[in-house]
Amino acid sequence: MRITLTVNGEEHRADDVWEGESLLFVLRERLGLPGSKNACEQGECGSCTVYLDGVTCCACLVAAGQADGREVVTVEGLGTADELHPVQQAFLEAGAVQCGFCTPGLLVATHDLLAREPDPDDAQVREALSGNLCRCTGYEKILDAVRLAAGRQR
Amino acid sequence: MTASPTTSPTTARPTTADGVGTSPPRPDGTLKVAGEFAFASDLWMDDMLWGVTLRSPHPHARITGIDLTEALATPGVFAVLTHEDVPGEKHYGLEHQDQPVLAIDRVRYQGEPVALVAADHPEVARQAAKRIRVDYDVLAPIVDAERALLPDTPHLHEGGNLVRHVRVRTGDPSPRAEVVVCGDFEVGMQDQAFLGPEAGLAVPDGEGGIDLWVATQWLHVDQRQVCSALGLPPDQVRLRLAGVGGAFGGREDLSMHVHGCLLAQHTGKPVKMVYNREESFFGHVHRHPARMHYEYGADRSGQLVYARATIHLDGGAYASSTPAVVGNAGTMGLGPYDIPNIQVDCFGAYTNNPPCGAMRGFGSVQTAFAVEATMDLLAAELGLDPVEIRVRNGFREGSRAPTGQVIDAPAPVAELVEKLRDLPLPAPADVAGPLDLRHLPGGVANSTHGEGVRRGVGYAVAYKNVAFSEGFDDFSTARVRVSVVGGQPVTTVHTAAAEVGQGLVTVEQQICRTELGIERVVVAPQDTSVGSAGSSSASRQTYVTGGAVKAACESVRRLLLTSAATRLGREVDGLWLGPGGAVLDEGGEVTISLVDLLGDDHVEDTVEWRHRPTYPIDEETGQGDAHVQYAFAAHRAVVDVDVDLGLVKVVELACVQDVGRAMNPQAVVGQIQGGSAQGLGLALMEEIQVVDGRITNPSFTDYLIPTILDVPPMPIEVLEHADPHAPYGLRGVGEAPTISSGPAVAAAVRAATGLALPRVPIRPADITAPTSE
Ligand code: FES
Ligand code: FES
Repeated sequence: MRITLTVNGEEHRADDVWEGESLLFVLRERLGLPGSKNACEQGECGSCTVYLDGVTCCACLVAAGQADGREVVTVEGLGTADELHPVQQAFLEAGAVQCGFCTPGLLVATHDLLAREPDPDDAQVREALSGNLCRCTGYEKILDAVRLAAGRQR
Repeated sequence: MTASPTTSPTTARPTTADGVGTSPPRPDGTLKVAGEFAFASDLWMDDMLWGVTLRSPHPHARITGIDLTEALATPGVFAVLTHEDVPGEKHYGLEHQDQPVLAIDRVRYQGEPVALVAADHPEVARQAAKRIRVDYDVLAPIVDAERALLPDTPHLHEGGNLVRHVRVRTGDPSPRAEVVVCGDFEVGMQDQAFLGPEAGLAVPDGEGGIDLWVATQWLHVDQRQVCSALGLPPDQVRLRLAGVGGAFGGREDLSMHVHGCLLAQHTGKPVKMVYNREESFFGHVHRHPARMHYEYGADRSGQLVYARATIHLDGGAYASSTPAVVGNAGTMGLGPYDIPNIQVDCFGAYTNNPPCGAMRGFGSVQTAFAVEATMDLLAAELGLDPVEIRVRNGFREGSRAPTGQVIDAPAPVAELVEKLRDLPLPAPADVAGPLDLRHLPGGVANSTHGEGVRRGVGYAVAYKNVAFSEGFDDFSTARVRVSVVGGQPVTTVHTAAAEVGQGLVTVEQQICRTELGIERVVVAPQDTSVGSAGSSSASRQTYVTGGAVKAACESVRRLLLTSAATRLGREVDGLWLGPGGAVLDEGGEVTISLVDLLGDDHVEDTVEWRHRPTYPIDEETGQGDAHVQYAFAAHRAVVDVDVDLGLVKVVELACVQDVGRAMNPQAVVGQIQGGSAQGLGLALMEEIQVVDGRITNPSFTDYLIPTILDVPPMPIEVLEHADPHAPYGLRGVGEAPTISSGPAVAAAVRAATGLALPRVPIRPADITAPTSE
């Protein structure tokens, strides 16, 4: 099948997509956007978190066909290496990035949290990020990063 | 230039910003937050194929036939391979070459690789793999490590089921003590659960050689094993580090390395392999589950008199690093305590369970659960508190380890636990303000309103060797070059040391800045075109590769200053490298800038660096100077336990660790917090459940790792008692926090419940329906 979708503001088309493919596979392997990560492909880790029509979801759980005609924002759409988004900058500075595999998903989830709740308390942050596993940091520095980003966005 | 000086006539004078002791941002951090960093599973090439592995469904079986016909006939399939297609050595392994590249006539664990497929789409490859017909003659699995060692148990490998037995004997063999405590303890099988799945891309070079981009911990040891399996010399097998999404020991053994290369060679095309989460659980080794019997004797004042321990580690189907894990658990299995009379037996056995090998803490994690619980039993028996018993018996500088080795560096066990005791405790649940369900065990599941909730506090100490032990030739290689780029001096550092997330690349930059005063430092991509750096494991990489980078910088500095002296027609004495790339004289005046000195030229040296030697232990007594350095940490855990429902909420997990020198304070704290969370996971939730040799929970749905809701605030205090023998006085950091956090959590749960809880992870039913007491 053929699907068309807007990713980070740009229209993309993918041909010969097999029905079983996920949005994550299409992004990573067909559109050359590997920023969203494939840590479990079962909806358990949050590494593949993206916006789909403005709502965050696990791209690994979305069938490619379901994304047809819709709008996707990935970590690559938040900011680039040359121009980081304040949330990305805060993760970098706070030491919230070790191996970095969880980072793209956490960035999208944090971006979403701060858009909804610019001044979250720790319990709210924990609840909002509880679907994103990180094996390296123990989460303390991720909390620091969210606090830093929230402080700067205020 | 290949001089290899270990000392230099000139010394560094600290000058430049972002050197050792500061926390500059990671050089790979910007790409990682931008989503532009290429992890191994992100690699991509035009025209590449996808490789998949067919694995054994049985823990133990004979293979009586393999039929590839249907798989080969699948459209889109380019190759289907079995052991017959392995051109070189058909077995590999880190210490024993006992693991088949692809099963030959027998499988010894569920998930053992049997055949490979390459196809133009991963789904096609998976479908084709399902069409491979393998006939198995199923055998009864051996699933118990102790039973595996009984004389009448069938042998899984030639030579029997014992991988290694370490005996440690010292002092009086039949000592008497006024107070004796003992216990039987068990630790379940933990998984590294790194987030970045095993992945790599193998690219044939068209001339019989191959380039492999892969996520690993030690490029050269992989290269050795890949070469032997492919029957190729090292110059035809080039390994390059692909972005690593965490490792924790799980990437010390080969995963897809040889498989990807075989498929690439057979098809003549690039082949990418990426494990999914389920396959990842089958595709790497786990932490050894342990069964341990401990007995400690002490006098009435609480001074330890003797210790006896019997430790059984289940190595699973293949040896992997079991011999070294047994060595560690045996020689360090009594914790950091002075004990005059000792009798330890540590066994590692082959079984048909999943293979076990390296994981953060390497042998000390398991024994620490037993040691620290036994110390608490002793304290309770004597009416001492858990801090006091550790203060009275803890190692100090000059103590003797059970191996007889004198600890000739700071060993501040008493200070660690006293500092923990002095930290303020979190406010009790009932005065912390209005009842907030989110903070109770069970959280918003609304399972309790605090009725059955009890608080407990527990302490534990970690003790772990740093770097490789028992006479291993443990070295690293670094190449450092200074050149002029765009009118500025630049240092380039090239090593094969794997950056697995821990931040080594940052520390390499910091060392170069400190030694050479040049702000800009480029870390070259890690590959096998420079000498081996050894493994990114055993908390050794900052020590050993850091030592190599420092030594290479010292050599380069000497070469630069000598060249400056020659140019200026003066003695080298008194010249030094100032900040910003200037050669200064005694008075701090610029004599010549590096830009002028070098012009279009560069100065470079490659240095191999070793820590001081270690020695094998005596087979009968376990005596010997086996280890080079020890790391020490301690944790205090505060938990709330719902005793009705068996739910545990960790309220706070504080750690004090001696790191010798905090090379990068932010990274040090990050390592301690990450390691602490993994220990918490083992205490409360993380276990690969193996029933009759089969893994029943190979997914993140069922294998639970701590989420941000499970991990509490983790206050950290870092001590810096320099180790006089180590570069900059540093001490390996990464593993110690994983060792003490789990036992501290378990101790806190025992304190809250009054239960013995001899097994981790502690399951809700262990609390609500305890089998003992
Ligand atoms: S990869 Fe999508 S949730 Fe884990
Ligand atoms: S930084 Fe490695 S998983 Fe989060």
